[in-house]
Amino acid sequence: MAIRRGRGVAAINYPTGMNLGGDPTQALVHSTPTGNFMVTLSSVDLGQGMKQIMAQICAETIGVPTDRVVVDTADTDTGPHCMGTFASRGTHRAGNAVIQAAREARQVMLEVAAEELEVNASDLETDGQGNILVKGAPQKSISIFDVALSAHFKRGRSISGRGMFLIPRSYPEKETGAMKPSTCYAHACTVAEVEVDDETGEVTVLTVKNVFEIGRALNPKMVEQQLVGGSWMGISHALYETTEPYYPNRDHGGTDFNQYLMPGPGDLAETEIIVLERPSADGPYGAKGPGEMCANPQIPAVANAVFDAVGVRIDTLPITPERILRALKAQAAN
Amino acid sequence: MAKVPVQFTLNGSEKAEFVESGTTLLNALRDKIGDTSPKGGCHQGTCGACSVIIDGELRLSCLTLAETCNGAAITTTSGLAEGGVLHPLQRAFLDTFATQCGFCTPGMIMAAKVLLDHTPNPSRDEVVEALSGNICRCTGYEPIIQAVLTAARANSQNAA
Repeated sequence: MAIRRGRGVAAINYPTGMNLGGDPTQALVHSTPTGNFMVTLSSVDLGQGMKQIMAQICAETIGVPTDRVVVDTADTDTGPHCMGTFASRGTHRAGNAVIQAAREARQVMLEVAAEELEVNASDLETDGQGNILVKGAPQKSISIFDVALSAHFKRGRSISGRGMFLIPRSYPEKETGAMKPSTCYAHACTVAEVEVDDETGEVTVLTVKNVFEIGRALNPKMVEQQLVGGSWMGISHALYETTEPYYPNRDHGGTDFNQYLMPGPGDLAETEIIVLERPSADGPYGAKGPGEMCANPQIPAVANAVFDAVGVRIDTLPITPERILRALKAQAAN
Repeated sequence: MAKVPVQFTLNGSEKAEFVESGTTLLNALRDKIGDTSPKGGCHQGTCGACSVIIDGELRLSCLTLAETCNGAAITTTSGLAEGGVLHPLQRAFLDTFATQCGFCTPGMIMAAKVLLDHTPNPSRDEVVEALSGNICRCTGYEPIIQAVLTAARANSQNAA
């Protein structure tokens, strides 16, 4: 009976979004009378930071500072259509819709500015600070605040835009089964080191080293935050989480979240995160979906590490001490 | 059922309410007084989201009856900022990206505040111990541990 050490590796290829009946998200953008911009979405921010990212995308596209953009995700009854925040699709789908809507709003904004400055709209550019300038003659300029006032009270224009991003459903070819379920894949690789007590079946994760390829990180700190949390969650899936830890009788199962095990702050593995940025072809400013993907590779990596440590393959999650001990017993019997 | 008068100070100001006997402090704070910074997670004392400070001690407001708080001094996360300036712990939670959905954050900050009030320069193990009654689903805890250590460092620099 001993503590045995093992190391496991796993790599994953993770689609952004889904391929059910087509995958659409819609966005609307409009300016307030004072030249702030409102993004209206039905996509929900669950804490992953969607509002911040959509504000950045809208601001970048229109050419204003991020704090001039307000994102409203209030109501799926009344907002523009979104399939939802799941399948790591939020940034990719909603972000593309916001770019399209913001481009249209920017075009109206430049047209109104052109009328005010008596120039051609195609000769105008934004400075990213809230002003519109004539290319090559920056002394001739107008603030976006004044453009919005003019549009609202003088020109009768709505500085607004509509965006709709749709990944159409892909059907498999009848002969080969070939299909294109996703247009954009994120990738990850994890190496986990564990200790397994072959007497108690207990697994301790010592280190987790993760590399994530997530397209362009639109907000690097928020990406890191998501990946650190995701790595922890992956270990939690591998070793702890289930709604039915007790069997054979369902009556013995957990009744609420108090009996739903997750590792606490005292059970953390030493965690390393490396981000690779390879901008995606169809993502908003090159982004992919890092959300769910980041909690996946730890699971097979831990299972492989357990195999490396004690030589048993556990193919049911979570990898509980009981499952390891039963597998060790079966192995000894053979 | 007859209502019971309850009087205490909340974040330095006097509060007086009539509550039904058996009302938890969590419900009194949120529904009667309107301080929604303590969160109701499990309502049975295991998740820590409802944590408040009563007379300097960390308490679970979901397991504390409001009527037992007569004369007490209660602190919640909404009372930490002074005149728009965030408390060092709030600042550190922001700076180290220690929140995602934010539901556990007020309880984490309360637990951390009691720790730092008693132990201004805690070790990592002491931080882990202090946070071990609070559950977080999003962050993986590491950013929260770092936030508390960062706040402790900021405090000791200000004191020096």
